[in-house]
Amino acid sequence: MSAGVDGGPAIVLDKVNKWYGSLHVLRDVCLTVAAQERVVVCGPSGSGKSTMIRCINRLETHQEGRIIVDGTELTDDLHALDTIRREVGMVFQSFNLFPHLTILENCTLAPMRVRKMPRREAEALAMGYLERVRIPEQAGKYPGQLSGGQQQRVAIARALCMKPRIMLFDEPTSALDPEMIKEVLDTIIGLADDGMTMVCVTHEMGFARQVAHRVVFMDRGEVVESGTPGEVFEAPKTERLRGFLGQVLRGH
Amino acid sequence: MGDAGIDRVSERTRGVGPWAWMRANLFSSWWSTAVTLALAYLVLRGLAGLFAWGVVHAVWSVPVGANGMADPSACLDAAGVGACWAVIADKWRLILFGRFPYHEQWRPALVVGLFIGLYAVSAMRRFWHAGLALAWVVVLAGVGVLMWGGVLGLAPVPEDSWGGLPITLILATFGLAFAFPLAVLVALGRRARGLPAVRALCVLYVELIRGVPLISVLFMASVMFPLFLPEGVNIDKLLRAQVAFILFTAAYLAEVIRGGLQALPAGQAEAADALGLTYWQKTRLVILPQALRLVIPPLVNTFIGSFKDTSLVLIIGLFDLLSMGHVALSDPPWQSFSTEVYLFLAVIYIAFCFAMSQYSRSLERGLDRSRRR
Repeated sequence: MSAGVDGGPAIVLDKVNKWYGSLHVLRDVCLTVAAQERVVVCGPSGSGKSTMIRCINRLETHQEGRIIVDGTELTDDLHALDTIRREVGMVFQSFNLFPHLTILENCTLAPMRVRKMPRREAEALAMGYLERVRIPEQAGKYPGQLSGGQQQRVAIARALCMKPRIMLFDEPTSALDPEMIKEVLDTIIGLADDGMTMVCVTHEMGFARQVAHRVVFMDRGEVVESGTPGEVFEAPKTERLRGFLGQVLRGH
Repeated sequence: MGDAGIDRVSERTRGVGPWAWMRANLFSSWWSTAVTLALAYLVLRGLAGLFAWGVVHAVWSVPVGANGMADPSACLDAAGVGACWAVIADKWRLILFGRFPYHEQWRPALVVGLFIGLYAVSAMRRFWHAGLALAWVVVLAGVGVLMWGGVLGLAPVPEDSWGGLPITLILATFGLAFAFPLAVLVALGRRARGLPAVRALCVLYVELIRGVPLISVLFMASVMFPLFLPEGVNIDKLLRAQVAFILFTAAYLAEVIRGGLQALPAGQAEAADALGLTYWQKTRLVILPQALRLVIPPLVNTFIGSFKDTSLVLIIGLFDLLSMGHVALSDPPWQSFSTEVYLFLAVIYIAFCFAMSQYSRSLERGLDRSRRR
């Protein structure tokens, strides 16, 4: 299914500005994500990339500029916000599974409460996605009993259970031990093959090369460069990006 | 004690049975043995003294004199040597049920039973569903009918004659049942970022109530509040005390609950938001179950404190359990036997408070099992 209404872009950020007090964290950020496009956002810590992605489903509010998601503009209108949040799934760095609910309950909570789906149907849907992320046998356990990689895969399944048109990933592998990163990235790559619209903040350059249509480099609250993985990684135009790539490559 | 010492102790505790345990913990050195023996001596002496006073030399009943009053001379003879349980034998119904008409006292007795049954049922997790709320409504209505009477062929009993344990349980139960939801709302209101007016109101309420002693809140409710009412309007004293008690307890509970809300990582609320849950769905299904679980120990602490605080209604002329103890002691034959009466009251208070604390511990263990880390 194609994201966006009438084939329009899935996400538009137009001159978005945000301040924390006097700290200017987003400066005139412009970004358009087409339906079924996969965008990877990278940049040094404190560059505003997480803030930017969190603005897309209004976990953070922007102060200037316009954000239009799936044809609906984000404003103080709560009804519009509810509509957008139903269609936008999010995966967090720290998983944020609900520790008092089982894996299955984590996955069925929103479909049952927000989409008003009957329990049986919601459970069948959840089991389908848990199989998809290859952990159906953990359905009856609690999050605390799972490894980090398993928890993050559950978090992905939980977001998918709302059948979103757009998925946001906020550094999905940064809190994981190295040996678990691959299982999570493989799950995300699987989604990419299905044509899901995605925005992913990550430092995993190999992953970016493999799945991204476009890589956006942010620094100090600005979008500094944007292009195909080849353009951005092989031919950086700015000193800032060259410096960042040097650091990341040295670190790995 | 160094690591070597700890190792030695744990090695010994690895032996089985009480003897191994005692050798490791009570008699591991000459010093430890000496302390153990000295303490054992003191404890046994104390217990023996208590046993002699409370059982061996105790006076269990006294004859009734010609004037219909108890004759406490046997007790007076035993003063200082044996306990006078005759005062309890003579006065227990007055202490427990107050001045409720003597032949109708099965009603407050049934009320106490209903309350205890209600607590027991509410404590069992398999009854935690909508039916439980209905059970509360039914039982609390039943309590009203039994106490007031006037319907179903029950003789009406005015509130002035109520007293003793039912008053204590009514104040505590209604108090906590209403204070708890109020406290949840106040705690949420205090954290409502988008509603500054609500927030200010909640802060004002908590700070105002917390800033004054319960006694003065009760005084205000019983003495000052009626002055502001129009002529002829009269809200009864028990209700006024009950409302004061609810408002007071809720302020403290609200702060405890707010502590739990603050201890939750922000990611929980964000994940719920990102899934599209509404504010109330998020609060009810994600935030509160976790926040309340975190604060079970301080919640129970406040519950126990409130239960005992009900005894302060004494000063506005309501006759709770403790007040009835005072009334019983004002009877001339029994005036010098306050120790026995207070011990009797203490046992009742301890029974309720101990049950609460034991339940909270088992609840914590039960909830931990379902969320192993």
